[in-house]
Amino acid sequence: MMVPLWWYISLAVVLFVIGAAGVLLRRNILVVLMSLELLLNSVNINFIAFGRYYYDDFRGQVFAIFVIAITAAEVAVALGILVALVRNKSTLKVDDVTMMKG
Amino acid sequence: MDQGFFLLFATVSVITALTVVLARNPVHSALALMACFLQISAIFVLLEAPLLAVIQIFVYVGAIMVLFLFVIMMIDVREAVLQRFVPGGNLPALVLLVLLGVEMLVLVLLSERFSVTEPVATRGGEIRALSTTLFADYLLPFEVASVILLAALVGAIVLARKESG
Repeated sequence: MMVPLWWYISLAVVLFVIGAAGVLLRRNILVVLMSLELLLNSVNINFIAFGRYYYDDFRGQVFAIFVIAITAAEVAVALGILVALVRNKSTLKVDDVTMMKG
Repeated sequence: MDQGFFLLFATVSVITALTVVLARNPVHSALALMACFLQISAIFVLLEAPLLAVIQIFVYVGAIMVLFLFVIMMIDVREAVLQRFVPGGNLPALVLLVLLGVEMLVLVLLSERFSVTEPVATRGGEIRALSTTLFADYLLPFEVASVILLAALVGAIVLARKESG
């Protein structure tokens, strides 16, 4: 028995909302970054599911590969910024990072 | 058969995702996120994308999560461990999230385009065809992605280096 498409979409919706909750409600920078990873992964599920159910070529999988590559770059830069931040200002709370007066 | 496996993987991935958000210790969050990525790669196998499943395990579980654990080891998380998760602390964001989730689920469940059950012709995961597509039709984005990775590599080294160097 095949899995209907909306099951995958619903799973991606649930994971996306959980990840967004982590980004918006948590105050720990590390957990915020991990929740971002969760968001990007739920989007990847959508890409591959739509590509499999609607198109005969590999566009969904190719796009997911690019998303994964860009995510790796983003994590490397974000953790570099985090290490520099902790060295200058010993905090891990997003509310305490107001050096740029944003 | 497929549906049973999907329900199993989906349930475990949702539980581990909740653990990521709710755990107080960042190390527990990182380990739960690792388990969640493993479940998602199993879901990629169900979607007949075996190459993506392997890439998911290599890149996310193998590289990104190890990077996270190294950073957690480097910096002192004892102060951050003590703060607990208060869902009511940010009420507007919580209301917005609930609205967003309900809206997306209603749209998905009411739409008829999402109810297709039969995928287009099963390809059995031909990795050769996928790589031909990637290196022929998507060559320029591929090269751009590699340049972005190189820039991120240099940027991360410059950012994390000590000032005096």
